[in-house]
Amino acid sequence: MRQSAQGYARLGLKKEVERPVDRHVLALDVNGERTELLLPVHKTLLEVLREDMQLTGTKHGCELGECGTCTVLVDGKPELSCLLLPIQLEGRAITTIEGLARGSELHPLQQAFAELGAAQCGYCTPGMLLAASSLLESNKRPSSDDIREALAGNLCRCTGYAKILEAVQLAAGRMA
Amino acid sequence: MSEAKTFSVIGKPLPKVDAASRVTGQAVYADDMLLPRTLHCRILRSPHPHARIRSIDTSAARRIPGVQAVITGADLPVKFGILPVTQDERALEHEKVRYVGDPIAAVAATDEEIAAAACDAIAVDYEVLEPVMSIDAALANPKDERIQDYGGPNNIHKLVALEFGDVDGGFARAEHVREDVFFFQGNTHLPMEQHSAIATYVDGKVTLWSSTQVVHYVHRALSKVLELPMNRIRVIGAAHGGGFGGKTDPFAHEIVVAKLAMITGRPVKCTLTREEVFYAHRGRHPVLMWVRTGVTKDGHITAMHFKSALDGGAYGSYGVASTFYTGALQTVTYDIPAYRFEGCRVFTNKPPCGPKRGHGTPQPRFAIELHLEKIAHDLGIDPVDMKRRNFVKPMTRTVNWLRVTSCGLEECTRRVMDASGYRRRERRPGHGMGFAISTYLSGAGTAIYWNDMPHSEVQIKVDRGGVTAYCGAMDIGQGSDSVLAAIVAEELGLQPRDVRLVTADTDTTPIDLGSYSSRVTFMAGNAALEAARKMRALLVEAAAAKMQCAPESISVGGDRIGDFSFEEASILAEARFGTLATAGSYTPPKIAGPYKGSGVGPSPAYSYSACVVDLDADHRTGLVHIKKVWIAHDVGRAINPLLVEGQVEGSVYMGLGEALMEEQTFRKGLHKWPSMLEYKSPTFLDMPDVKTFIVETDDPEGPYGAKEAGQGPLLPVIPAVSAAVFDALGVWIDEVPVTPEKIVEALRRKEKGEPPRIGPPRFPDIPYPVTIKVDPPPKELDLAAAPSI
Repeated sequence: MRQSAQGYARLGLKKEVERPVDRHVLALDVNGERTELLLPVHKTLLEVLREDMQLTGTKHGCELGECGTCTVLVDGKPELSCLLLPIQLEGRAITTIEGLARGSELHPLQQAFAELGAAQCGYCTPGMLLAASSLLESNKRPSSDDIREALAGNLCRCTGYAKILEAVQLAAGRMA
Repeated sequence: MSEAKTFSVIGKPLPKVDAASRVTGQAVYADDMLLPRTLHCRILRSPHPHARIRSIDTSAARRIPGVQAVITGADLPVKFGILPVTQDERALEHEKVRYVGDPIAAVAATDEEIAAAACDAIAVDYEVLEPVMSIDAALANPKDERIQDYGGPNNIHKLVALEFGDVDGGFARAEHVREDVFFFQGNTHLPMEQHSAIATYVDGKVTLWSSTQVVHYVHRALSKVLELPMNRIRVIGAAHGGGFGGKTDPFAHEIVVAKLAMITGRPVKCTLTREEVFYAHRGRHPVLMWVRTGVTKDGHITAMHFKSALDGGAYGSYGVASTFYTGALQTVTYDIPAYRFEGCRVFTNKPPCGPKRGHGTPQPRFAIELHLEKIAHDLGIDPVDMKRRNFVKPMTRTVNWLRVTSCGLEECTRRVMDASGYRRRERRPGHGMGFAISTYLSGAGTAIYWNDMPHSEVQIKVDRGGVTAYCGAMDIGQGSDSVLAAIVAEELGLQPRDVRLVTADTDTTPIDLGSYSSRVTFMAGNAALEAARKMRALLVEAAAAKMQCAPESISVGGDRIGDFSFEEASILAEARFGTLATAGSYTPPKIAGPYKGSGVGPSPAYSYSACVVDLDADHRTGLVHIKKVWIAHDVGRAINPLLVEGQVEGSVYMGLGEALMEEQTFRKGLHKWPSMLEYKSPTFLDMPDVKTFIVETDDPEGPYGAKEAGQGPLLPVIPAVSAAVFDALGVWIDEVPVTPEKIVEALRRKEKGEPPRIGPPRFPDIPYPVTIKVDPPPKELDLAAAPSI
């Protein structure tokens, strides 16, 4: 198996865990809140959000940048948090699913996803919503093809994407 | 349930009861849990497909700072397995490994990297054995020892041979007989969420939260392997990130974290990597199939003989059931007067196969739909007309004793034919349409382990106007919680949002056998209906007594019971009866036929689907572009049409993935593409428009007439794609997936004057046992008649 025991040996990770880890003090701006953290430099943004900041709304499907599940917004643009290191992100505005609603008032996309059944198991939903919200920021009246293109990097195994497409269209209509 | 009814909740496209938590990131999945002092677990897995373990040395791993516990198979020697007849797995193997990825040892450490490093420090001495990597190799004499020490001859796991009616006579009567061979490649579930489990050990009790489809089966396996009584184990289904059948077995990591929690006294969590999920598998069996059918010259089937060979991987899993399923449901769509089925499952040194959406039936559905299509071409009959002539009728019994009650095949076919314009389709090279039908169970009629207890139970508590429903059912995203809430709300005159649900917790909820075999709406739904009607009767009786009128005159609805608000009525009833608690349960009717092996196939009701696929196929590149899919699904009654549409659309999507690109194949024991990038699955850009028709046939035994929706609609999509490729290019792709390479190669063969076909050349010789001959039942179904066994 590539990444498991044998893989760790090949990649030299055994040695890695046995020596002291470099740690950096960083300040991250997540959902408009500034938080200071002491972090090992190799920790990904995904890991820091979930493990150090308890922002577990951000999910993970592969941790290799393949599935889009861990999508967050960095300065409003969708990025894969499993491929980002926090040291790249000081001074940048990070938005996670926890920052999409305004208090208990759902974002129009969240409302539309809920109404139309666009979230089944809900696991790809946070990433899908953030990618869609970025699209609607830059394109108020996206065509079906615009939506398909913008969300093509986010895999979903439950819905067949049909209700997601409808929900983004509904939200776009309401926000316009 | 034939009388016309008006509903206030049933049939309304309401949002799911948990929609808000899913869209805000508040739903707590297993890997989102981090209890104080949690240790992280990693599992050492075999790098060899087949090897004996000479020794395991964990001493270096134990010395690594941060490592709290290391366990091997010696710590968990008791075997388990989902089926009572195949208890062939260990949580950790210490004698022999049978596939790359077989678990060997597990570490609990203060962080995941330390746990991984400790796995790396475990020294395992292997005696490498010759791996068995194909059906043919498994049928032959093994070069080294057999993979498992049961079954046989050679690496055969299971053989079955059944015959219903006079098959030889049926073939003798036929005016045309055709034989074909098909192959369906294996593929996997690929849920977005990796499997994950976290366990605690407090007050001598184990609590496990897991991403599972069946808390009850995990509960049973933990009790057996940990050697603890079930009352000292609690299994809770965490918010679920997708199953599709892949989280229906109990898994090594679930047992391992419980054991490590018992040893360390601390919470222990294990989340599989994506690569491990590919190896955990339990997905679609690769199946080689041979089918021979006799027909009259107008296309009526006189007899069918169907043979299957399943590549099962290294362990039993659900495989015995899967084997029977490859032969069981052919007769539930087509009226086959005489039918012989011979099935075989082999062990190979690959991850075990098990149930994936449609469990054991998409493979034969692919074969039989294309086979009938070819027969129609032989006879010069329109394939849709020919299939239609053979459709089963409602209220009949099949030759293999399966009971067909409601059946919407005709209407489903009419809907997709009318909407798609199949008859008027543009006929030009490179453009094609394909048609296929299917059926699926609304829950298995018999339990996995033999018992007479209900398959589902629901309790309802009403207290000062608050309604809580308790059920062991696990919502895996399909919306089973929403279905239960809708049924309880309908009966009590409330809305689903007024019903609080407690589900999938073995301590607090009564049994339900979980989210598989499309059973929850039918079975838990009927249990909820019974419990809710009892509760309604209590509320009505109390209101009637206060109003001094007959209970029959009390109306229920709109948050009111007679003259009272629901809350007032509940206070009256509690004062009158004490604690307001009711229960309902569902046990399927005893409908299995009088023969060994009849337990797989019976269901209290079957769903039906029909599908038309429209595509363009490029003769130079072999690339297929799906333009549109029309699908009609007989769900009996849509309790929530929004959720039914979601299930149908998701099924079409998954069917297209299997038809065109998804395959799980191996090279020297290694998965060829264990990542989400390399294992191709359809993206947003690959998904065509889908037009869904919900057909309602009001099943006599379903709750409000409802049947299943989650699996059946996947089945016709795959053969419809291959039939449409033939329509477009005149080549038969008798092998799933239908890839561009196969299409180009088939076209090349056609040009050279060879048979225009890609598919397996032959079906192997298999030592099937002597056929068990079973007399068919009377064809007309009498629901009032006594059960057959």
